[in-house]
Amino acid sequence: MRVALFLTCVNDTLYPDTGRAVVKLLTRLGVEVDFPMAQTCCGQAHYNTGYRHEAEPLARHFSDVFGEYEAIVTPSGSCGAMVRELYPRMGERARAEGRGDTLAATLAPVVPKTYELTEFLVDVLGVTEVGAYYPHTVTYHPTCHGLRGLGLGDRPRRLLQAVKGLELRELPGADECCGFGGTFALKNSDVSAAMGADKVRNAESTGAEVLCAADNSCLMHIGGTMTRLRTGMRPVHIAEILASTEAEPAL
Amino acid sequence: MSGTFVGMPAFPKAAQEAVGNPTLRANLRHATHTIRAKRAAAVAEVSDWAALREAGKQIKDHTLRHLDRYLVQLEESVTAAGGTVHWAADADEANRIVTRLVKETGESEVVKVKSMATQEIGLNEALEAEGIRAYETDLAELIVQLGKDRPSHILVPAIHRNRGEIRDIFAAEMSEWGRPAPEGLTDTPAELAEAARLHLREKFLRARVGVSGANFMVAETGTLVVVESEGNGRMCLTLPETLISVVGIEKIVPTWRDLEVFLQTLPRSSTAERMNPYTSTWTGTTDGDGPRTFHLVLLDNGRTDTLADEVGRQALRCIRCSACLNVCPVYERAGGHAYGSVYPGPIGAILSPQLRGTGSEIDASLPYASSLCGACYEVCPVAIDIPEVLVHLRERVVQGGPVTLEGNRTVLKPAKGHAAERAAMRAARWAFARPGALRAGQRLASRTRRLHPRTLPGPGRAWSGSRDLPPVPAEPFRDWWQRTNGGDAGEGRAK
Repeated sequence: MRVALFLTCVNDTLYPDTGRAVVKLLTRLGVEVDFPMAQTCCGQAHYNTGYRHEAEPLARHFSDVFGEYEAIVTPSGSCGAMVRELYPRMGERARAEGRGDTLAATLAPVVPKTYELTEFLVDVLGVTEVGAYYPHTVTYHPTCHGLRGLGLGDRPRRLLQAVKGLELRELPGADECCGFGGTFALKNSDVSAAMGADKVRNAESTGAEVLCAADNSCLMHIGGTMTRLRTGMRPVHIAEILASTEAEPAL
Repeated sequence: MSGTFVGMPAFPKAAQEAVGNPTLRANLRHATHTIRAKRAAAVAEVSDWAALREAGKQIKDHTLRHLDRYLVQLEESVTAAGGTVHWAADADEANRIVTRLVKETGESEVVKVKSMATQEIGLNEALEAEGIRAYETDLAELIVQLGKDRPSHILVPAIHRNRGEIRDIFAAEMSEWGRPAPEGLTDTPAELAEAARLHLREKFLRARVGVSGANFMVAETGTLVVVESEGNGRMCLTLPETLISVVGIEKIVPTWRDLEVFLQTLPRSSTAERMNPYTSTWTGTTDGDGPRTFHLVLLDNGRTDTLADEVGRQALRCIRCSACLNVCPVYERAGGHAYGSVYPGPIGAILSPQLRGTGSEIDASLPYASSLCGACYEVCPVAIDIPEVLVHLRERVVQGGPVTLEGNRTVLKPAKGHAAERAAMRAARWAFARPGALRAGQRLASRTRRLHPRTLPGPGRAWSGSRDLPPVPAEPFRDWWQRTNGGDAGEGRAK
């Protein structure tokens, strides 16, 4: 099977290790990975801040870049939810504004074949045991858009539970937002910081070494709060845990 | 809406106080988490919850779509049952009508049962200006009134107060308004409730005019419905000679059968009860029982304008259960007052800017008072997609667009203060539409990465004040991909 990796602009720029981990993991599972170089950003930051008209050309660009692939895999619940949940809505809004079906028709092909990484592993490849080895205590934060936007359910936890050496610890208040929320973190920084601090305190109470999530944006906010609060915990993307093996263990 | 909230600063500033107040945050955290867990359990008991939620949504949407028809039917039914219907286009008109009706009775005081509509229009202040004193009789409303405070929750208006604070308010203020608090009042719930009971009972027995709201109005019979826990509402509805109910026009359900759905979903969503202790229904007037005169004031106050917006109108489905407040992580930290309205929390963040417009600083900031985590949508018993409306209203704030104001279609200009953001969004879109430009930016960031400061100037300070930024890697992913052809395993795959 050949898939396109939609890495997302944040991961591409700030978290290339996550991208390398996805490539390593999928290749190990026999999937042929392509990275279309023309990819940029799904437009979520624009859309969610109120700039829907600025987001539209980015969505069109996404469809142009990824439309030809059999499946599109992304290690971001949030950007995945943008494509799956909000691209159809952008099409509907354009129609409601009397701009016809063009946008909806352009975006439609990529919507059903875009998968968040854990969803792709469990639903499409049908695996929960991916041959990973990660000898650490881990607590899992199900990010809002992964949890409620995409309905990832227990897929990430099932994958983590099957990792050799990994001890999974329950995160109190797991389904509560960490407070990132894109531009929310800037526009309402006091509330955002308070939410982040509570999330970090809950994570710390588990005594785990690592806080894991399927979205680096949330991890950036949580991790930035962790170092500021000097907790000693590390934020790690789930792809890096699943890519880790006994031969090549991740930190 | 209420004059009490005019001139509120934008939400981020208003929220600062609550975020920095440990007592308030502890009160809010305790209360919202307790009720959140109970609600989840009460909802889980119902096997057809998803179907009830869908039914509630559909009934409300149907009613809103044919609101004109149902309002006329309601007026006919209320009139036939001996009541009088008054129509109020806005707050001023509603206040004038109620003030006149009270004056016509010759009374100078009224008892009130929790009515958000009267708080929305600032009725108490309007009555006071005409020499009429309004006594709040719902326990939480009483605490708010005695404390010269504002409500901070839809269902638990005094949620921000703990027992000790309530004791102090009762001891200091009750004598000012009527029967004083008993000597040596402690902060045990039973003693506080008894003090309130004695204080209120005197008012119930004396009052000749009652003012109420309603949770629902049944069009087919002209019946109004109040759902409550304390029984104070029933006292207000049955003891006075004149009853004036002020109700938003969106509160109609067509039939009693439709009501059945909401009498299941409302208590479970709001107080986590299978059924609320008191459900009072009243239809016009009856000789020898209850009020001899009944007036219904139907309030628009921005509702038909909201109805004209095809994305935003779903806010009018709201049955004021407050489940969205109790799960909202932003409400939990910011408190209800920061929303600058009688409708706080996620529902307030979409209702207030629609009812009042986005002209003021607070209303323009409310659509941003959310991380879009979606917890509010998940719990809403009438499936209001609050995140969708928030984003829609953000668009209105930053880009302007068509709206209906006082019944007229007009095009709104963008709100002030977003020019820099708009320019940044345009620049980002420009770069993202050109992979080459994005790549150049990434490379520049990588090359200068040792020069990046730990704390940022300007708007970036909002981030770096409480969080560390991640270090920029030496090489963006796409450069690694191209350099290595996708790593060891990906030979020959780069496009």
